[in-house]
Amino acid sequence: MAVQVRIPTILRTYTGGEKAVTGAGSTLFEVIENLESNHPGIKERLVEDGGLRRFVNVYVNDEDVRFTGGLDTSVADGDQVVVLPAVAGGSR
Amino acid sequence: MGRFPPGSTLDGVLRIDQATHDAIVAHAKRDHPNEACGVVAGPEGSDRPERFIPMVNAAGSPTYYEFDSQDLLALYKDMWSRDEEPVVIYHSHTATEAYPSRTDIARAEEPNAHYVLVSTAQTFTGQAFSGGDGNSDGAVSFRSYRIVDGTVTEERVTVVPSPETTDEDRSQP
Repeated sequence: MAVQVRIPTILRTYTGGEKAVTGAGSTLFEVIENLESNHPGIKERLVEDGGLRRFVNVYVNDEDVRFTGGLDTSVADGDQVVVLPAVAGGSR
Repeated sequence: MGRFPPGSTLDGVLRIDQATHDAIVAHAKRDHPNEACGVVAGPEGSDRPERFIPMVNAAGSPTYYEFDSQDLLALYKDMWSRDEEPVVIYHSHTATEAYPSRTDIARAEEPNAHYVLVSTAQTFTGQAFSGGDGNSDGAVSFRSYRIVDGTVTEERVTVVPSPETTDEDRSQP
């Protein structure tokens, strides 16, 4: 099942500069595993200790996956996956 | 100021128009004592900050800011539809100087962006703490940095006249 994955600028070093790549899988975890096979190194930037990294946001069809099952979120053919680093900071 | 990188190139300058500069400062003052945050978008690859987009600080905190997850997605989808990118990402420090904190450096993940920090620390404490350093006239410190792979490089800020400047404005002496 093919899904389009939107890659943020900071991770385009893994995709040869591509803004969007095609991934495959029936869950977000499988899609990330599939991305890793084509773009080695990218998984570590997304996943930590079996979960999504705290400051990485992933959306499947505009839904933040934190509210839809995290890495277990189902994906279907034609779904749009967006990866965005959090915009955050502060004086401490 | 004063930490200009040796051998600065054009990349070492943030050029921003007066109206956008003033809008960032006004946002910081308005949200004080909480941190204010936002973006100035511009055409991809142009390095021109053109479209001021104040964001809500979802943390609502004097020491932390974070864009709400849905706001973040909406912001980026809007920029993508216009072939824009975040040219400036700004936030305020309300009790400390306008220099990136460890958190700011760790969280900076837009290598093409100018990270603008505005400090309102001297803006509102001037009245509460008389004496001070003579800098308590409401001044807001406005500084810009590149933050790439954990390395902070301060850059010059050049404020240019706003494109909205009318003939009437130009006729003023």
